[in-house]
Amino acid sequence: MIRSELIQRISDENPHLYQRDVERIVNTIFEQVTEAMARGDRVELRGFGAFSVKRRDSRIGRNPRTGESVEVEEKHVPFFKTGKLLRDRLNES
Amino acid sequence: MSDKTLTRMDLAEAIHTEVGLSRNDIAELVESVLRHISDALVRGETVKISSFGTFSVRAKAARVGRNPKTGQEVPIHPRRVLTFRPSHLMKDRVAAGNRG
Repeated sequence: MIRSELIQRISDENPHLYQRDVERIVNTIFEQVTEAMARGDRVELRGFGAFSVKRRDSRIGRNPRTGESVEVEEKHVPFFKTGKLLRDRLNES
Repeated sequence: MSDKTLTRMDLAEAIHTEVGLSRNDIAELVESVLRHISDALVRGETVKISSFGTFSVRAKAARVGRNPKTGQEVPIHPRRVLTFRPSHLMKDRVAAGNRG
């Protein structure tokens, strides 16, 4: 399923809404999650999962082609942990 | 880092400033977005949201685990796990926002 299919499915279930508004709603959800993590915040959606930011310490990496050592700077990466309800649903039956 | 936690309420509030719907209707729509994503994943589909990321389900084989405290062997059953792979855009924005 891709973004446009998700929007279509929500639109089909809500014929009283403009598709334009459904699009805005779906896009705002994803945009808010990304913006929150860009601020270093967490997003907790009970039953679904939680988005958070993890710090990766700086390290000495190696250029795999030349074998040369390079310093890789500390960075922050997005992380998602599946919620209990969804995890359980994936393993039902 | 500000270390705040956003919830469904915060998402609903942000949507409320974008579209003229009641908070109740918005709350229901947020729920149905999450439900549609979850249902697709439970069916084994991959959910790919451009410029956000990809949720996919992987099957894990059975293996023998060990209780680290007692050293006792315990069987771990085969199971399905969900992985999220952030898009490049998200990785870049999160890295840039948390720099320094």
